[in-house]
Amino acid sequence: MLTIKKVPTVVSNYQEESSENRFEGCGKNCLGKCCLPVALLPIYAFKKDGSNLNGNSVVKSSEEQPQICFLHNLLLGQWEDRMSCGLFRYDVTACDTKIIPGRYGFIAQLNEGRHLKKRPTEFRVDMVLQDFDETKFNFTKVGQEEVLFRFEQSNDQKSHFFPSAPPITADSKTSSVVAINVSPIEYGHVLLIPQVLNCLPQRIDHESFLLALHLAKEAADPFFRVGYNSLGAFATINHLHFQAYYLAAPFPVEKAPSKRIMTMKGLRDKGVTVSQLLNYPVRGLVFEGGNTMQDLSDSVASSCIFLQNNNIPFNVLIADCGRRIFLFPQCYAEKQALGEVSQELLDAQVNPAVWEISGHIVLKRRQDFEDASETYAWRLLAEVSLSKKRFQEVKADILEAAGFEEADIEENNRNHEGESIYEQPSPKAVAHLPQDCLVIH
Amino acid sequence: MESQLALIEQSLNSRYSLWVREALEELPHNFIITDPTISGHPIVFASPWFLKMSGFSRDQVIGNNGRMFQGPKTNRKTVMEIREAIREERAMQVNLLNYRKDGTPFWMLFQMSPVFSKEDGRVVHFVGVQVPISRNKRLTDDGADVTWNEIVFGSCRREVCSDTLAKLGRVLALDTDTNCRGVETEEPCEASDLEKQSAATAISNIFSVLTHYSESTGRLVCGKRCSLPAAGLINSSLNIPLGRIKQSFVLIDPQLPNLPIVYASDAFLKLTGYDRHEVLGRNWRFLSGVDTDPSVLHQVQESIRVEQACTVCILNYRKDESKFWNLLHLSPVRNATGKIAYFVGVQMEEKCERQDRHGLSPEIRQLGAVGAVKVAVRSSSIGASCSKS
Repeated sequence: MLTIKKVPTVVSNYQEESSENRFEGCGKNCLGKCCLPVALLPIYAFKKDGSNLNGNSVVKSSEEQPQICFLHNLLLGQWEDRMSCGLFRYDVTACDTKIIPGRYGFIAQLNEGRHLKKRPTEFRVDMVLQDFDETKFNFTKVGQEEVLFRFEQSNDQKSHFFPSAPPITADSKTSSVVAINVSPIEYGHVLLIPQVLNCLPQRIDHESFLLALHLAKEAADPFFRVGYNSLGAFATINHLHFQAYYLAAPFPVEKAPSKRIMTMKGLRDKGVTVSQLLNYPVRGLVFEGGNTMQDLSDSVASSCIFLQNNNIPFNVLIADCGRRIFLFPQCYAEKQALGEVSQELLDAQVNPAVWEISGHIVLKRRQDFEDASETYAWRLLAEVSLSKKRFQEVKADILEAAGFEEADIEENNRNHEGESIYEQPSPKAVAHLPQDCLVIH
Repeated sequence: MESQLALIEQSLNSRYSLWVREALEELPHNFIITDPTISGHPIVFASPWFLKMSGFSRDQVIGNNGRMFQGPKTNRKTVMEIREAIREERAMQVNLLNYRKDGTPFWMLFQMSPVFSKEDGRVVHFVGVQVPISRNKRLTDDGADVTWNEIVFGSCRREVCSDTLAKLGRVLALDTDTNCRGVETEEPCEASDLEKQSAATAISNIFSVLTHYSESTGRLVCGKRCSLPAAGLINSSLNIPLGRIKQSFVLIDPQLPNLPIVYASDAFLKLTGYDRHEVLGRNWRFLSGVDTDPSVLHQVQESIRVEQACTVCILNYRKDESKFWNLLHLSPVRNATGKIAYFVGVQMEEKCERQDRHGLSPEIRQLGAVGAVKVAVRSSSIGASCSKS
């Protein structure tokens, strides 16, 4: 059994309490069976949407007024409200943050308040799938004041918000919630907890992943990103949750080039394309496209399920309002447990979870922050990555599991008349010349 | 208080003399001009050549954001790069897949350049030039560049003679065939040197026109930032994110002795009846009048001094001297270094409807505005320590 010792991040004000008084009337207004549960929380119901994430943007812009959209306003307003109630352990906006000069612009933050001066706990890092343990902290124990709203699909084509009494048909048993992270790493840092009362362990399933994608889409802001850490990849709580926050700057991983490697063929074509990251310290895959949101979601979820079933820890970043999804298998925790990480990197006590891998690095010590350089960030993240060889193996397996077939995209440099994975432009296209004038300079 | 449409009309008129439109329309280039100071960063001018190329009418374009020409296969990373360049107020050039009105995609070289005000260095417009790319940038196995540069079409395809129609058909088919599994239209297309030159010439010509016609109004523009943004006003790159916030709010600069207002939202102007130039630079207290309770003013002043948030109900006066009760929420806003850069004051008229159609309480809406301002200010200053230009 491989374990590492680390100080768990406190995400809820109730996380550290002892587990007594958990039964009849604990008096804490928690989300558990003992108190009035989720049913009375406000609900944000997002519209059912079968259409393509991208859609054709050739529409009147009155339909997509780029004003702050509704969920954005709700989430920010609620978050700010909790700030004024003093629910956060520190003011994250008082934390010094900067973009490290360099090609990619890694973002470094000096956050001395995030990590407790407490004894570290042991975390098992060699099991990505672990059963839910009721005795440990989970999200049914958070105080209701930490919950911002329920988040679920509406029954019609519209989004709705019910500030108090939800409709009778709402099933609170399967209700998902958005809660604050009391140790935020940026403004608006929240946790999405799918089906909170069902106490799902930290593992991806298709339905939950789609929910996370919906959150990214509804916020309609490319700077609001959603992330996931598997067990063994620095998730500290074994209760299914995603994280999200606002940072209005591009993440380094979003700037990295990528190379298309896969697409589906023929009848099973769901329009999802997979690329491999190039020139980035952590090897990873990028999923884009999809005829519908569900298609994209399912591809990624299937890939994650493969990884967790094969005990490979991983992180997922949902970016660009759900249009681009990054998947990173990783092995840092294992290396750490085996004593293979250099002391220098260990001393900085950075736990490379999804945000760090994406390029947003939280540092505890002022000296590390002052000295932060792109070289250092690169060196740290390179330790997280699977080796080239291992990644190739894993990549091939993931994609097979997710139903992709190898398609050699190198084709684009060869003659069209050779083996093509796409249909030839048909001669009849001549008749389909555009109405407009074509000007070729 | 002007409507959005009026603002768009004014965008060119207030800075350039009347004949600028005619001069711009005579230029043989595809381009649009956008105004980042108007909420939504809309297009305020589109050249006739551009309209022809894209298939849209002027009415369908003016007032909309440039993203209307993007579609399902537009590269998201490229879109992000454009967004970043706008935020950082710098020129850039990319190959981009756009869509015409009829839904057909086409590759073009997109070159964007900010227009700076000479007097205060702020960005007043962006110019975007589009040069369609001819389809053939793939290399053959031996590395030869298969170019079709010999084919030059300057006018409607109807005028093209029939024996070149087959060649044209092939070129255009590659452009418009959406049956292609997607690699063709998705693989990035590189513009040729000729196309890049064409874009550069266009930018140069457009800037000549704009510079010339700004001389007569005295509100000169130039292609490079000639002076530092005036002290006391906000970084103009904040215009776009702040412009998206619907609520009435102002930003106060606590570093300056008279605590002036350095930003006011459109909704604030609508609520109070003032024009923007009447508000900027004035002390935040200017809305108070004879019957305003001085102890409330003092309370706000104190909050600013001790760097705390506060909520008060204060009697304010509009420009027409009518009174209203203002539920004012004030909060410090920090920049990326953690230091307080501004105070944000969000106003709400007491008698307005308690809940908007979405069901959000007014208090949450106010706080939402505060949150949005905090995100914008924090993020916009995140690279400040590095870019000294």
